Amino acid sequence: MAAVLELRELSQQYPGHRALNGVSLEIPQGSFYSLLGPSGCGKTTTLRLIAGFEEPTSGEVRLGGVCVNGRPPYERNVSTVFQSYALFPHMTVEGNVEFGLRQQGASEPAASVARILELMELSGKQKRYPAELSGGERQRVALARSLVLAPQLLLLDEPLAALDPKLRKQMRHELKELQRRVGITFLFVTHDQEEALAMSDSIAVMNHGRIEQVGSPEDVYLRPATRFVAGFLGAVNWIDGIGLRPEVTGIARQAPAGAVSRAATVVHSTFLGNCIQVMARLDSGEQAVAELARGNGAFHTGEAVHLYWKPADEMRFP
Amino acid sequence: MSRLRFWFLLPARVWLIFLFAFPLAIVCAYSLLERGTYGGVELPWTLENYQRLFDPLYGVIFLRSFGLALAATAICLLLAFPLALFISRAGPRKNLYLHLVILPFWTSFLVRTYAWLFLLRDTGLLNTLLQKMKLISQPLPLLYNDGAVLLGLVYGFLPFMVLPLYATLERLDPVLLEAAADLGARPWTVFYRVIVPLAGPGIWAGSALVFIPCLGAYLTPDLLGGGKTVMIGNLVQNQFTTARDWPFGAAASLALMALAAGLLAVFMRSRSREFL
Repeated sequence: MAAVLELRELSQQYPGHRALNGVSLEIPQGSFYSLLGPSGCGKTTTLRLIAGFEEPTSGEVRLGGVCVNGRPPYERNVSTVFQSYALFPHMTVEGNVEFGLRQQGASEPAASVARILELMELSGKQKRYPAELSGGERQRVALARSLVLAPQLLLLDEPLAALDPKLRKQMRHELKELQRRVGITFLFVTHDQEEALAMSDSIAVMNHGRIEQVGSPEDVYLRPATRFVAGFLGAVNWIDGIGLRPEVTGIARQAPAGAVSRAATVVHSTFLGNCIQVMARLDSGEQAVAELARGNGAFHTGEAVHLYWKPADEMRFP
Repeated sequence: MSRLRFWFLLPARVWLIFLFAFPLAIVCAYSLLERGTYGGVELPWTLENYQRLFDPLYGVIFLRSFGLALAATAICLLLAFPLALFISRAGPRKNLYLHLVILPFWTSFLVRTYAWLFLLRDTGLLNTLLQKMKLISQPLPLLYNDGAVLLGLVYGFLPFMVLPLYATLERLDPVLLEAAADLGARPWTVFYRVIVPLAGPGIWAGSALVFIPCLGAYLTPDLLGGGKTVMIGNLVQNQFTTARDWPFGAAASLALMALAAGLLAVFMRSRSREFL
């Protein structure tokens, strides 16, 4: 698949702060690609450089094989869904969606607007102002406003962050479904690893202005390249320098045969509804959490137990 | 609670009744009386003062006042908009620039208007300089005309346009400008499709704050117009002093007030129709 976007050794230096430090990546046409990292890792800066709001200190942004460095935002065929949605408060839903089409000099803006509003389930709200819409509706208007332009690449800057938790989870599925339907490449920026895992074809994990790992959700979760990636994508038990996810860490009173095991003492046990988390202290002093299904018997504080796991589940780092 | 309310509101009520409502009532009453021989007013009641306002002689004065105030407002808007936009985006320097805008208020308006007199008159700084540079042989007629009055009005009321514009532009979320550019709008389009509409409340407030006092301006046309450019304010002043026709002066000032109030009502209506 051809790369719709290519970043080559992109760096951005702010006074006294290096926001990006040699970021290179390629985003294949038609994929749902996530930039995942903690706040301040440079993911938003990367987005701003792609959109053209800022120019990089060094490196290249290539869209469809063409270097777009120095081109203003209005000459780049990408569109952004902002975290705050940035809807024009003085324009109706229709006016907002029409805005970009007018700039392109589209011949039949009304038909395109009607089609996208239908797709985004906003029909009937054309004449509403952004202040009269719910958070979810605003987000759909922001998406409609960008998608109606059929950009080469859609940039989404934490678009779910402003929604309430329930809607946020529901929107994950809808956003992924929307991307599949419209076939536009999505570059999705988030600090929520669950979100990235749930939606992405590929994830680039960023930290301190660098890319730590690029891979499929399974790759980055099950085969993290660095300790940072392992820790950022989920909980990790560190035992003798080996990383283990809690859900593959077993706990038993007798050490099972054929598994790696360590003797430990139960610190406490927490009932979480769908599972039970048991925290245990190893003889080495390290603590580890084992996550078990309900009904596996109760473990009590101070009880002597064995933690065990399969060698295949170990995450090893240099 | 209601007792406290009464006592707190009392000073404002007394103030309004004795220094606003009462004098206004006197002006209303005077405007309906006949002029006394040596100033003052005499019975009987009459509407003649209001009829006289429709004399073309005064119509011209009202029209000129209206035109000058409108021109001054338009020029202030054109000058203030880029300035306010600049200040709103000046980052940490904002406060310095705002203080510079307000700085002229630290000196009396009268003194500042006299300063223009010294700059513009035949033997003033500007004409002397131009003559010394041999650019002109005769002094330019810079003073005592509509242009000089307009200049004085724009100079005097510019800060009243800058401040409300700044207040709205400062609240303008810069992300909206990025969003517009992102959707393909060139800088000029961003300006007139996003910045100007969102600055609407500031444009209206600034225009009202400039237009209404300009309409009633008295000092500026008196000094810089030199009695040749008469505005409504000068007409009123003349009636009370030189002409000793208090009733007509009262009628003219009430007409000015009605005009200003009417226009303000129009301003308010167009504002209330704006987006939420």
